[in-house]
Amino acid sequence: MIQHLLDGILVGSILSMGAIGLTMVMHMLRFANFSHAELLSIGAYAALVFDGLFSAILPALATSIGPLSLTWALFLSIFIAMGLTGLSAVLIDMLVFKRIRENGHELSMVFASFGMALIVRNLISLGFGLKTRLYTEDIVFAVRLSDDPLILVKPDQVFVLICALFFMAVLHFVLSRTTFGYTLRAVAENPTLAQVTGIRLSTVIVITWIIGGALAAAAGVFYGLNNQINPVIGRDLVLPIFAATIVGGIGSIYGAVLGGFIVGIAANMALVILPSGYSPAVPFLIILAVLLVRPNGLFGEERT
Amino acid sequence: MLDIVLKTENIVAGYVKGLPILHNISVSLPRASISVIIGPNGAGKSTLIKAIAGIVPVSSGNIFCGNKCITGMRPDQMGGVGIAYVPQTDNIFRTLTIGQNLDLVLRHAGVEAVERRQVLFEQFPPLSDKRNEKAGALSGGQRQMLAVAMALAVKPEIIMMDEPSAGLSPKAAGEVLQLVRDLADGGASILLVEQNVNQALQFADHCYILAEGQHQIDGKANDLINDPVIGQIYIGGKRMGAA
Amino acid sequence: MIGVISYLIFFVTVASILSIAVLGLNLQWGNTGLFNGGVAAFIGAGAYGLVILGGTAQPDHLGGYGLFYPLALLGGMIVAGILAWLVGILTMRLRHDYLAIATFGVAVAFENFMRNSDKISGGAKGIRGFERPFEAFIGDPFYFSIGFFIFAMTMLVLVYIFLEKLIRSPFGRLLRAIREDETAAQSLGKNPGSIRLKAFVAGSMIMGLAGGLYATFYAFISPQDILPTLTFQIWAMLIVGGAGNNKGAIAGAFLIWGVWTLSGWGLSRFAPLEAQLYAGTIQYILIGVIIVGMLLWRPQGLFPEKLVVSQTGDRAQS
Ligand SMILES: Nc1ncnc2c1ncn2[C@@H]1O[C@H](COP(=O)(O)OP(=O)(O)OP(=O)(O)O)[C@@H](O)[C@H]1O
Ligand SMILES: [Mg+2]
Repeated sequence: MIQHLLDGILVGSILSMGAIGLTMVMHMLRFANFSHAELLSIGAYAALVFDGLFSAILPALATSIGPLSLTWALFLSIFIAMGLTGLSAVLIDMLVFKRIRENGHELSMVFASFGMALIVRNLISLGFGLKTRLYTEDIVFAVRLSDDPLILVKPDQVFVLICALFFMAVLHFVLSRTTFGYTLRAVAENPTLAQVTGIRLSTVIVITWIIGGALAAAAGVFYGLNNQINPVIGRDLVLPIFAATIVGGIGSIYGAVLGGFIVGIAANMALVILPSGYSPAVPFLIILAVLLVRPNGLFGEERT
Repeated sequence: MLDIVLKTENIVAGYVKGLPILHNISVSLPRASISVIIGPNGAGKSTLIKAIAGIVPVSSGNIFCGNKCITGMRPDQMGGVGIAYVPQTDNIFRTLTIGQNLDLVLRHAGVEAVERRQVLFEQFPPLSDKRNEKAGALSGGQRQMLAVAMALAVKPEIIMMDEPSAGLSPKAAGEVLQLVRDLADGGASILLVEQNVNQALQFADHCYILAEGQHQIDGKANDLINDPVIGQIYIGGKRMGAA
Repeated sequence: MIGVISYLIFFVTVASILSIAVLGLNLQWGNTGLFNGGVAAFIGAGAYGLVILGGTAQPDHLGGYGLFYPLALLGGMIVAGILAWLVGILTMRLRHDYLAIATFGVAVAFENFMRNSDKISGGAKGIRGFERPFEAFIGDPFYFSIGFFIFAMTMLVLVYIFLEKLIRSPFGRLLRAIREDETAAQSLGKNPGSIRLKAFVAGSMIMGLAGGLYATFYAFISPQDILPTLTFQIWAMLIVGGAGNNKGAIAGAFLIWGVWTLSGWGLSRFAPLEAQLYAGTIQYILIGVIIVGMLLWRPQGLFPEKLVVSQTGDRAQS
């Protein structure tokens, strides 16, 4: 039970990071982006490539940090993956979404994102193979926190949680204390007025993709560290991430954070009563429950 | 010869392509003066201001700011030519605090920002008291105050205000209009939309009357106060018809 | 020769079944503007519904009621309709993203449920051994395939005629009016929510019919047949054909199914052995590229909607 809760918090922190970018994009560009979860895959694989590269160039970097399985090489790769994934998100927007937006086919953006999800996911399969990969083959033993009930925690998991909370804290600081953060919130609330106050929308859209992509990349690496890396990370995470945004209310960044934890914890706690095979369906049940009780989510506003 | 800081020449503009709301509107705004636009509801007053601000697309005609043609310029570039705009509704960010709303518009002011913010708070004491509250929690009048403060923060040469006194008590409305007068006397050029015709004509320098997207009449405010045509437009127009 | 003919029969039979699903989607998206991201679930509901209701008794799971075939087919459609109604009632009044996400969720959950609930659906191995009507009677598999081909074509024609009649009826005009301008339709005293719900349920039942026919054709259904990615394939067909136009939808289905089988054949024939494993991957990239490419360069589809009722259309003419 407690073990499920702890696992849920960990998964939740990963989902939250994915959901933040998704909710921002959904709010600003007004479309459900089915390809957002593929950014997690891009991030996970980008880190895999650079991890290998750094370790090869500077073998000293291939040593793991303290009790973690994470190496210095991978640690550095996380940041590179974040940058590259943010750029990929911008690139995809420029090549596809922006052009469809400008043609005035806003509703078509959702299909376009279907198409992009297929393309990205399968290009990754083609480039890296269908088999699962790991950042490290080393086995790191879990630390036994208690024997009865048995609670196991891996050092990596603690690292992931701390990092995720750190990224979210940075984002919170930016949004609540800096004029740069105010511009993002201003555009989210009222794009026209934001323009009137001198904010250039296209710049903010680019920044949103970068932030969303970077957080998604970190989430992807953390997911890979905690589970394994495979080309279908996006397919497996798209629904839980959507569920997190709906729980939190589309457009609410804090809602997305909370929604991520709620979905992560609920999906893991559900395993107490459900066989584990059913866990991919749990996010859907959560979505149904939210739509039934509070369609606009915890912090969402009514928007039609 | 008057020094014209802003003018439109025969502009046609509307929200949907092929469906113009404004038909060949020409207005000009002399320096350090107040020009007021009046007209019945739905006449296109807000649309005219939005067209100048770059929010509503202009399909023909031109807009000049001084000698510079600003037709088709993006709304976010208007600050660069010294134009500020206070929309009729939704003119503040409700989810930001009052202080954050001001910091947002002052974000390029650098070291001056703190000082200017302080000046604005002194000018609008009610805002100062609530600086850490969400702007969405302000009363209607206080919101208008904040919206005007946000426009003034960037020290614009030209200020366009869409019914800044709407929904205010007579006293507060009078204060807003007095503030507008002071700004104009201080050198700013102001284009104003007003519902209260008598009040507007009393303190404005120049007046344009718009109905159904057409230019009906214009002239010195003083001359129009007793003009019978104004009464006709208002009584025969939508404003009375709807009431 | 007989090989070519029987392949053609196979091809057209499957294409007709897929066309029916695309027509269902066209009713939802093309005519009503409803975004269904879970087509696979409604096809699956029809397929599983049919096999469970109309199949022969199975040792260790639900089903085997041996229902009269048309009733079983109808039963499958009703299952799809109920599923659609449940999702629709929750999302019809919200902005369109919610419907897209919720229906996508249905597809994920449905596949997941069918894969795991051994007691109901036979789990991952699916349900085999559906006794196809007249199969034993006809005996020869070739003649049976011709018979089924005619049956599938007939169903496609019937669905097509039904939809053409529907969109020309007052109800059809109402659907398009809502798609174009929700507030205007509302001001006419119509309740857009309930009308859209009807169209959504009807479209999903048509998908259920397609699912039933699909399961009949293969005499077998498993979770592998109703992966959420099936939705993307059906969407590609509609986008290529041109939303709003039923003939275009059918053409799109034939075209994409053709591209799919042709690319599959080409890859298995000419690609090096190592690449064979990735045939599906390459095919999905192709589908993705087709979707995105169409939206970028020909958003109205290859066969755009002819029936113009939109306000912008009216204005352009006046
Ligand atoms: N966002 C919009 N989209 C389409 N049409 C609009 C929009 N806003 C206003 N209109 C139309 O443009 C016309 C002029 O509206 P506008 O807001 O300019 O009037 P106004 O003179 O400011 O009226 P009021 O005194 O009520 O503020 C109206 O017929 C209105 O229906
Ligand atoms: Mg107005």
